[in-house]
Amino acid sequence: MQAAVEHLDTRRVAAAAPAAARHATGEPVVEILSAEKVFANGTRGLAPIDLTIREGEFVSLIGPSGCGKSTLLKLVAGLSEPTDGRLVWWRSGFDRVGQDGRQLSFVFQDPTLMPWSRVESNVRLPLDLAGMSKAQAAKRIDAALDLVGLTEYRRNYPRQLSGGMRMRVSIARALVTEPNLLLMDEPFGALDEFTRNKLDSDLVSLWWGKKLSVIFVTHSIYEAVFLSTRIVVMAARPGRIFGEMVIDEPHPRDDAFRTTQRFAQLCRDLSTMLTEASLASG
Amino acid sequence: MPLINNELFLRIASPTIAGLAMVAAWEGVCRYYNIPSYLFPAPSAVAATFIEDTPTLLRALWMTMRVALIAFGAAVILGTLIAFVFVQSKVIERAFLPYAVVLQVTPIVAIAPLIIILVKDTQIALILCATIIAIFPIIANTILGLRSVDHGLANLFSLNKAGRLQTLIRLRIPSALPYFFGGLRISSGLALIGAVVAEFVAGTGGRQAGLAYEILQSGFQLNIPRMFAALFLITVAGIVLFVAMVGLSRLALGDWHESEVVAET
Ligand SMILES: Nc1ncnc2c1ncn2[C@@H]1O[C@H](COP(=O)(O)OP(=O)(O)OP(=O)(O)O)[C@@H](O)[C@H]1O
Ligand SMILES: [Mg+2]
Repeated sequence: MQAAVEHLDTRRVAAAAPAAARHATGEPVVEILSAEKVFANGTRGLAPIDLTIREGEFVSLIGPSGCGKSTLLKLVAGLSEPTDGRLVWWRSGFDRVGQDGRQLSFVFQDPTLMPWSRVESNVRLPLDLAGMSKAQAAKRIDAALDLVGLTEYRRNYPRQLSGGMRMRVSIARALVTEPNLLLMDEPFGALDEFTRNKLDSDLVSLWWGKKLSVIFVTHSIYEAVFLSTRIVVMAARPGRIFGEMVIDEPHPRDDAFRTTQRFAQLCRDLSTMLTEASLASG
Repeated sequence: MPLINNELFLRIASPTIAGLAMVAAWEGVCRYYNIPSYLFPAPSAVAATFIEDTPTLLRALWMTMRVALIAFGAAVILGTLIAFVFVQSKVIERAFLPYAVVLQVTPIVAIAPLIIILVKDTQIALILCATIIAIFPIIANTILGLRSVDHGLANLFSLNKAGRLQTLIRLRIPSALPYFFGGLRISSGLALIGAVVAEFVAGTGGRQAGLAYEILQSGFQLNIPRMFAALFLITVAGIVLFVAMVGLSRLALGDWHESEVVAET
């Protein structure tokens, strides 16, 4: 067991070298500094975690169920406080995210739409809450709906949409604020393989070319390899970082990447590391 | 049999036909056995009395409905306000909700005499009784609704730094609406029951006589058909109130809430 971990560690360092050069230039978007989470009932959700996400990175979190991926994402979103340690957003002195006008968006595992509002009103919500003028908001909403291909459904209610379409509304709502950091918790977990691949491709082209950083939780090895510039593998009990893998395949990637030898090899490597992580989970 | 499968037929025509059949059977039994109308009147006798006494009965109906409607309105306004206050603070809810429950479990028939003695104006006493019985479903359902906010949406709102008022108006109130309308349906029926029960206890006659008084009076005079006619009016009033509430709820929730959306297959 111990030997396997060390073996992984050496490979991790080897793979990380070229990417470190590539991303060293990016400014830290969020620094997680020995952040720890112990729940009220005594569960150790997260052992102290150190992780830095830099500008332009697409980082996937993957790991066995209950390893604290959602817990970590909530810390990054500021929806919950670390029991110990701290987080720093955009190198600012602010102790709360978003106080300097930089924007963070969260796509939850469920679409989480307001059933009483039409698609366009759901998408407009963050702008309404921020007090943006109707005219200014209209342009952004048009753009966001266009991006997810739901322009002709803007007057529909959520119940009139399919599961995949609802998820796209949720993504449009997250993008309408033009976020600098996008957090996604298994956004496509409930969708079929085909729809998921399509949305993954859309997400990649959307992220590419923007000053956008993404933290993406997933259970799918293929999805993680296809999307990420870096994959963080976690282990459970207590939740912790087990290893990292850098995917230095150039972007933008298209569907052809999925059929390459290299893609298959990366998936195998990640699968091995994930198995080790599961075994290491108490 | 396309008629059997028609929605409109099933919803309107079939209960109507069943109702007419029952009335016909009732009439038939009364005539066949020659049951005297002071024991159990035939529908025709009830109808005849109704036509004869229309002005008095309708006046009585209006008196009862007025009490029920004012009490219902008061219950809705007060109940909603109380629910909002309770939801704002756990301490207040803990302190006062038990007493709201006490109010609910005490039979209105038992406290009505007391209220009627304490309150000089009988009309106000009647309204008070009906309000007390109608208010609880509004409080309970509105509290439940305001509390039943989707956790994910609550996170979304706090992530976007929504203020207390924004969250209340855009999230909590819409979430509460389906529960609130459920409360309205129950409460409207209870307001009518409360009005009738209070009238029975008060026994107000004269210009302010309601349907309960007409029933009591007809009973004393052994005018049983008139008793039935008054009873029929109370039932119709209850149905009208219920249908109005259903319509209101459909108007407000029809576009989005599962309970009001016709299943599309
Ligand atoms: N509010 C809470 N109170 C107590 N324990 C909690 C709470 N939330 C999460 N946990 C525990 O913390 C651990 C991590 O939970 P978390 O939801 O972050 O896992 P996850 O990695 O997102 O799992 P999954 O892949 O199944 O979504 C779990 O063991 C869970 O039981
Ligand atoms: Mg999770």
